[in-house]
Amino acid sequence: MSLTAERIASRAPLAKLPSGWELSVRAFRCWLVMYRRTWRASVWSSVFGPLFYLGAMGYGLGTLVDKNGTAALGGVPYVVFVAPAVLAVQAMNTALSNSMFPVFGAMRWNSIYVAARATMLRPGDINRGHLMFITMRIAMNSACFVIVMAAFGLIRSWWGVLLLPASVLLGVAFAAPVAAWTVTLKTTTPMNYIIRFGSIPLSLFSGTFFPISQLPAWIRPVAYATPLWHGAALCRSLALGTVTAGSAAIHVGYLTVMAAIGLWAGARSYRRRLYV
Amino acid sequence: MSSATGPEETSAVPVEQEVRSTSPAFDFSSFPGSRGLRLIERHARFYRRLWLVVASGAAEPLFYLLSVGIGIGGLIGTVQGPAGHPVPYRDFVAPGLLAVSALNGALNDSTFNVYGRLKFEKLYDSVLATPLGAQDVALAEIGWAVVRGILYAVPFLIVMAAMGLILSPWALLALPGAALVAFATAAAGVALTTYMKSWQDFEYVVLVSVPLFLFSGTFFPLSVYPHVIGLIVEWTPLYQGVVILRDLVLGAPTWALLWRAAYLAAIGALGMAVAGRRIAKLLLV
Repeated sequence: MSLTAERIASRAPLAKLPSGWELSVRAFRCWLVMYRRTWRASVWSSVFGPLFYLGAMGYGLGTLVDKNGTAALGGVPYVVFVAPAVLAVQAMNTALSNSMFPVFGAMRWNSIYVAARATMLRPGDINRGHLMFITMRIAMNSACFVIVMAAFGLIRSWWGVLLLPASVLLGVAFAAPVAAWTVTLKTTTPMNYIIRFGSIPLSLFSGTFFPISQLPAWIRPVAYATPLWHGAALCRSLALGTVTAGSAAIHVGYLTVMAAIGLWAGARSYRRRLYV
Repeated sequence: MSSATGPEETSAVPVEQEVRSTSPAFDFSSFPGSRGLRLIERHARFYRRLWLVVASGAAEPLFYLLSVGIGIGGLIGTVQGPAGHPVPYRDFVAPGLLAVSALNGALNDSTFNVYGRLKFEKLYDSVLATPLGAQDVALAEIGWAVVRGILYAVPFLIVMAAMGLILSPWALLALPGAALVAFATAAAGVALTTYMKSWQDFEYVVLVSVPLFLFSGTFFPLSVYPHVIGLIVEWTPLYQGVVILRDLVLGAPTWALLWRAAYLAAIGALGMAVAGRRIAKLLLV
């Protein structure tokens, strides 16, 4: 007598299907297994990269800025002004670097997604599981940087304990829509354009390294509309303790909506790509 | 026996060689390494379809010029220029970013792309089946990376001129200066790439190029450092390139620039010698 027949005969209940959450966690654990083997290479760039920027921009360039007066920065030294923005830029860059080439590779090169599709995982689970891993990477890098900020005395308020969740939210707001878009690509070329025409101008002009008031008046509304400005402004207000309920609600709301749209679009575009 | 070796044994190959050796017109091979021009031509044809990739790479330092030069420049005012008198910050930073531009163009091509061609595309294996040798490959790769560095530097110079950031006729020498920066970078890049074992090793390229970009006197004068760090920075090739270009563009050249140029040329020559030998070793042994 076969197993199935035996089960029917004994009227044993069928194993319950795992919940969507559990399926997503399974997809996440696949990425953890791989990361256990490759984490060393990622440590160098993710820890030292922002430190270099903080050292050069904050302390090197800061010497010149502070000499000239810091009224435009709200009266704080330049390094205090720029550090939360470097945190935000790092969160964005971690999100982008993890949601572009790895997503493309999982779809086209090593076919991790295709293999996962052969299990009971649904496309949405594959998408959310990968995003969980990306979120973890953003949280790791942000945590390192927040510790450095605290050690150098660059956090001026107890609101600073919220820097980590704020930068993770910013990262997810980028990772979710970008992953949803990357999975539809046929070549890697458009990703290079996102970096060069997207993330680099964003990180340079979104009120990060200098206040938006330095920009010509006609372009300021564009800068205020960018997600990175909302993330950087949120992080800065937390680090300096200048946060207000109204502005924080706008920043958090903007980023949450962006992440939610990304999650919805991701489930959709993964389904289209994985169900041929 | 003979059937196992296949088509190489046919008479076509010797005949073709004979034809080639008896046609003396345009015999590039009389100049050492000049056959490498063929490989440069191959890259040029290849990138004609990817011109937007090259253009976007050239745009990157321009974003920095606008952001740092104008945005942060507004916060800084003036800094001490090469001749000791104060210059506006954007005049100060622009030639530094010109050097970065040339360096970026040369570095990307001489590291990532050379590695890809070496290990994945197996391009050089096919190149060596032609009259080109390993030394030609090394020269061509360095030459193409220099071309790419120049392609990045030219639009940057044009924008600098349009923004009124070129203050002296000496700036005519800035393009050869940028080419020299690209040459030193490209030769060192190709030489180091031959030692790379996997893509993970390229983390070290980033680990070197980011601090090089940030701390080589590009964004601020050496005087902001403690003296000891300044002495280390002076040995970096990018710092020498930045000083050459800044002195030329701001119109304060001294004879010392020739020593700095010789230093860059020496790095380039050393890199070129190592690259040729290493490529021969990797491909022929």
